[in-house]
Amino acid sequence: MQTNHSIVRPFWVIVNKEISDIIKSWRFIIMLAIVLLTCTGSLYTAFTGFATAKPTNDPEESFFFLKLFTISDGTLPSFIVFISFLGPLLGISMGFDAINSEQNKGTLSRVLSQPIYRDYVLNAKFLASLIVLSILFFSLNLLVLGFGLVIIGIPPTAEEVFRILMFSIVSIVYVAFWLNLSILFSVGFRQATTSALAGISIWLFFSIFYNMIVNVIAKGISPRQMISEYQLVSLQKLIQNIMRLNPGQLFDDATTTLLVPGVRSLGPLTMEQMSGAIPSPLPLGQSMMLVWPQITALFAGTLVFFGLAYMLFMRREIRSR
Amino acid sequence: MAEPIIQLQNISKKYGDFTAVDDLCLTIEKGEIFGLLGPNGSGKSTTILMMLGLTEPSAGEVKVCGIDSTSHPIEVKRKVGYLAEDVGFYDDQTPLENLVYSAMLNGIPKKEAIKKAEELIERVGLTGVKNKKTGKFSKGMRQRLGLADVLIKDPEVIILDEPTSGIDPKGVQDFLNLIIELRDEHGISILFSSHDLQHVQQVCDRIGIFLEGRLMAVGDIRSLSAKLLTGGRYLIELGADNSREAGKKLTLGWFQNLASNMNEIDSVSEENGLFKVLSSQDISLVLSKKIMEEGYNLNFLNKKEFGIEAIYNHLMEGGTAYAN
Repeated sequence: MQTNHSIVRPFWVIVNKEISDIIKSWRFIIMLAIVLLTCTGSLYTAFTGFATAKPTNDPEESFFFLKLFTISDGTLPSFIVFISFLGPLLGISMGFDAINSEQNKGTLSRVLSQPIYRDYVLNAKFLASLIVLSILFFSLNLLVLGFGLVIIGIPPTAEEVFRILMFSIVSIVYVAFWLNLSILFSVGFRQATTSALAGISIWLFFSIFYNMIVNVIAKGISPRQMISEYQLVSLQKLIQNIMRLNPGQLFDDATTTLLVPGVRSLGPLTMEQMSGAIPSPLPLGQSMMLVWPQITALFAGTLVFFGLAYMLFMRREIRSR
Repeated sequence: MAEPIIQLQNISKKYGDFTAVDDLCLTIEKGEIFGLLGPNGSGKSTTILMMLGLTEPSAGEVKVCGIDSTSHPIEVKRKVGYLAEDVGFYDDQTPLENLVYSAMLNGIPKKEAIKKAEELIERVGLTGVKNKKTGKFSKGMRQRLGLADVLIKDPEVIILDEPTSGIDPKGVQDFLNLIIELRDEHGISILFSSHDLQHVQQVCDRIGIFLEGRLMAVGDIRSLSAKLLTGGRYLIELGADNSREAGKKLTLGWFQNLASNMNEIDSVSEENGLFKVLSSQDISLVLSKKIMEEGYNLNFLNKKEFGIEAIYNHLMEGGTAYAN
């Protein structure tokens, strides 16, 4: 008689296979190499900056570990800039051919004729990518922490560790957002190239052109004469809100606030609001409160794309090739 | 009588205005090889997808092994092996890895899966390429691996969608022999769809002919030809030189006279100067002798045996449909 525990549930069989496929695939290895190289570069510049700057008692100057992620000496962008730039590409590269390549190879109809539910395939692919991403980001960030510990020689505070963990989670959600967008394209477009190009063009649009377009709009709607302080603030808020339609902007807002505890507000503050404020870094809870909308929005976007992909996939008739 | 293994009741499938399958009824018994014959785009694949619950019928009920495919596709897929047309494998994996993956999706533990996969690879004759990646496989090899992939779950029914298209004749022969073996040794019921008459004729116990989403005819070859065409199995066409110089003139009356004497002849008719004799046996030799003996000048004789091809062509050309 067979024992029950030796049977792996079909869902996890698919997840296992997908994870091994991702890890063995050239594109993941290439993306990983790019991420590692750029991050090493930015860390190196951060460390060289550290050698000259000795810690002081100024509260703004504490949180060395967080600075590893955010400072740069101008030669290379900082760690978070790289993550916000390369993260989407990583997500797109993992998802753009999730469904359509299986369909084109004729393996999708073979797998679906096995006794599994159809959504297993989509869910397992998403989960497998998410697991790989989580391992990647947590280990990357913990490595940075470890190097920092070795080089600086001061252990990180609990708050710093928590902030870095939160940063990892936000990064994963951000990359998952792009992953789901590209999975959606892989369900929608028959050709893997079309879906890859669609994903990359959206990424390019948001990372390069979107800011330009918003600037043009801002120029257009800003009044020429002097206006009141309140009008100026509301104009600034409007522009900022348009900017926040860009997922990259949401990610930047969220990570900056998490990694720079000195950030007190993501919008304009009036002098009245500032008066009486103690110039000290925010505790983690407060920083989280500040960026909660950003995190929620990213998370919601992720879910929306996944939901759309799911709906399309479940309704699709699966024929061979 | 045992419960039929596949039962389709008045199923229809519509894509917008287009009706792919139109009010189809079909029953397949346990242990038979059933051939689904029809041209491309006649609704064969759609019907098969509905049997597996991979697409939902617009109307009607599909039961496989007594289970409703539309509402319980998982249970059905546990018992049915489906080999799609032009099946695909993960190119960067070996045949063994591909089979083990399928087996594990069926809940077979890994050790057992490996053992089974190795047996099946040997059975379908792919031992020599066991460690090659399937990306390098030819179509025939993929099709054979596909059969192994189907068998790894020990199915009660196998559904093969165009399994022989694009394989060389030798490969087809091996494949068909394998199918017959499976039926004989394991009592597996097999549904075989194809547009190739020869292959279907060779292995199938019963045949259903599909045209524009309708089942035009069902039955074994003999009964099909009997029902559809003539009632007879042979059509003999005769022509005689009836010019004045040749002497005696051959008439329909002569044949009618002959028919009343010979039981084998079912009917006679005249068409475009040719006499057509339908008979249950091959009487062409007897006929020609008789004609010569009586001093007529026979100048044309053509014998047609009604195989599946004639039936198929008859239907393709819009002949009278006979649905059971």
